[in-house]
Amino acid sequence: MSELLQFLFSGVTVGAVYALVALGFTIIYNASDVVNFAQGEFVMLGGMITWFAHAAGLPLPLAALSAIVVTAALGVAMNKLMIEPARGAPVVSLIIITIGASIFIQGAAQLVFDKQIHSFPAFSGDAPIRVGGATILPQSLWVIGGALVVFAGLWVFFTRTLLGRAVLATSNNRLAAQLVGINTNFVMALSFAVSAGIGALAGVLATPITLVAYNVGIGFALKGFAGAMLGGMGNPKGALVGGFAIGLIEALTAGYLSSQYKDAAAFVVILAVLFFMPQGLFGRKSADRV
Amino acid sequence: MKKTLTTTALGLLAALGLTTAAFAEIRIGASISATGPAAFLGDPEAKTLEMLVEEANAAGGINGEKIELVLYDDNGDPNKARTFATRLVEDDEVVAIIGGTTTGTSMSILSVAEDAEVPFVSLAGAIDIIQPVKPFTFKTPHTDRMACQKIFEDMKKRGFTKIGLISGTDGFGASMQAQCKSVVADYGIEIVADETYDPKDSDMTAQLTKVRNAAGIQAVLNPGFGQGPSIVTRNYKQLGIELPFYQSHGVASAGFIELAGAEAAEGVRLPGNALLIPELLADGDAQKPVVTAYKAAFETKTGTPVGTFGGYAHDGFLLVTDAIGRADSAEPQAIRDALETTKGLAGATGIYTMSAQDHLGLDLSAFRMLEIRGGKWTLVE
Repeated sequence: MSELLQFLFSGVTVGAVYALVALGFTIIYNASDVVNFAQGEFVMLGGMITWFAHAAGLPLPLAALSAIVVTAALGVAMNKLMIEPARGAPVVSLIIITIGASIFIQGAAQLVFDKQIHSFPAFSGDAPIRVGGATILPQSLWVIGGALVVFAGLWVFFTRTLLGRAVLATSNNRLAAQLVGINTNFVMALSFAVSAGIGALAGVLATPITLVAYNVGIGFALKGFAGAMLGGMGNPKGALVGGFAIGLIEALTAGYLSSQYKDAAAFVVILAVLFFMPQGLFGRKSADRV
Repeated sequence: MKKTLTTTALGLLAALGLTTAAFAEIRIGASISATGPAAFLGDPEAKTLEMLVEEANAAGGINGEKIELVLYDDNGDPNKARTFATRLVEDDEVVAIIGGTTTGTSMSILSVAEDAEVPFVSLAGAIDIIQPVKPFTFKTPHTDRMACQKIFEDMKKRGFTKIGLISGTDGFGASMQAQCKSVVADYGIEIVADETYDPKDSDMTAQLTKVRNAAGIQAVLNPGFGQGPSIVTRNYKQLGIELPFYQSHGVASAGFIELAGAEAAEGVRLPGNALLIPELLADGDAQKPVVTAYKAAFETKTGTPVGTFGGYAHDGFLLVTDAIGRADSAEPQAIRDALETTKGLAGATGIYTMSAQDHLGLDLSAFRMLEIRGGKWTLVE
């Protein structure tokens, strides 16, 4: 029993990180149908900037805040310099641009920061919390809490606010959105800022558990992407459920089957779900634009 | 990308064919992965080579002849390494090649070096580089198999017969896992749990729970590299596992203690080399002056802590210059012959004694069994 509980804790810890990354994908996707493959780099930047700011003498909360703000600004710059000039290009071209941006950010981080692995202290100490013979780190609760708060914020944003609806409208039909008075350039800049900020927040919360180095972004992006696809791209609820589901499948496979099949099992489940539900668990039904 | 340490003027003279005997130089080539995925290995190696060449020239060179280093950055790409190796032997006409940061790049370079009959000292781990013995290929780092043997020797001494493995699935972890499994029976030890994790994983408590619950388990070994072992060590502590815990030489650096946290790393044992603990070495230790000098010079020059990998480059350069000195000749064939008769040469990694059958020249004494106590290394032996 305590064994199962430990596997569940392990799955939830990892799943919360995946879910946070997956949530970052949703906004840019909702605004432009673009899957931003540089999302993982935002996570990396969140961790790296916090570490360097902290090492330079800033207190941890301030370092974390500055990392989120700087990363959000970089997100806006990426939109301005890379995505906006290519407006009108097919979505596939834009996705390829984001892959290029990801490679660029990773290379720049290697030069600006360094090539070492870093970590900073957990927010509430390292003493594990014991529940029924299993243990979980306090930092895991921070990550889980962060994922839930971001989820709630996004859900309110997309369903209850005018701005959120404007984002959805921009994605649906940019010209029509402009005609009804939506500033689509602003919506795009905003969506990149918020996505990058969420990514950086994920990096800040996860680094005490996962550690950070200039090259961790791709791994985060792939697992987060898988989570978002499983849950249904663009839906915050899907991102949350998808991320946790992948973490749990991995942990349970590693625990009961074999750690060799851990990644394979997660991807088999994703393939099976997408085969029967191509939009993911909670995805929008696609309607062809005529 | 090509860097030489001579002045431009000298380079010009050479280009114009105006060099005379007075300007005679020993050209040593290197292809290192200073950037790319293996940058954290190659970067200190390149810096070490540049520093040592500068030092050697300031001290008057070898037998009065200056050294010129032709250094290429192969980016960790075996194809580039092959191109650069060809350029080194054909255009730059070097008398020896140091490098091959990774096993992949080393394999590329060695085929070129063997064909051109130029001695090559590899800085990569795999035993395949020198086994079977190839006439012109040597290497400096000890092998995975030796690390396994050192660890099992220690386990045997402590009376453990049933152990668990938790290995990374990256090249280093997978190779060491295989080597350990192939020698474990020699020590009367049985592997009762064998788990793996992806090097990018962020939580290994599920695997560790399985390892802990294996029947009769007495100790755990984690062959791995990079951030994985730090996370495994933290999870080990999180789960409150009391079994003795061994790490591999892959994480023998101060960075490991920092990342895992001194508290979680308390009591962890691993095979490291003398470079980690210059101040703990006995005064009569042949390696003590070597590692102390290299550590001081590297840390003053670069401002970063010295590491195992820079030590491999240090030893590569030392082997080559020692061979040139003893051969009193800078002919590739003479250097090769001298390399093969290296005897009792104290380097940063260990004491090298080569032979026609052994082109590595290290034994298990090159490893020191270390234990982490209060965030510091201590010697077990």
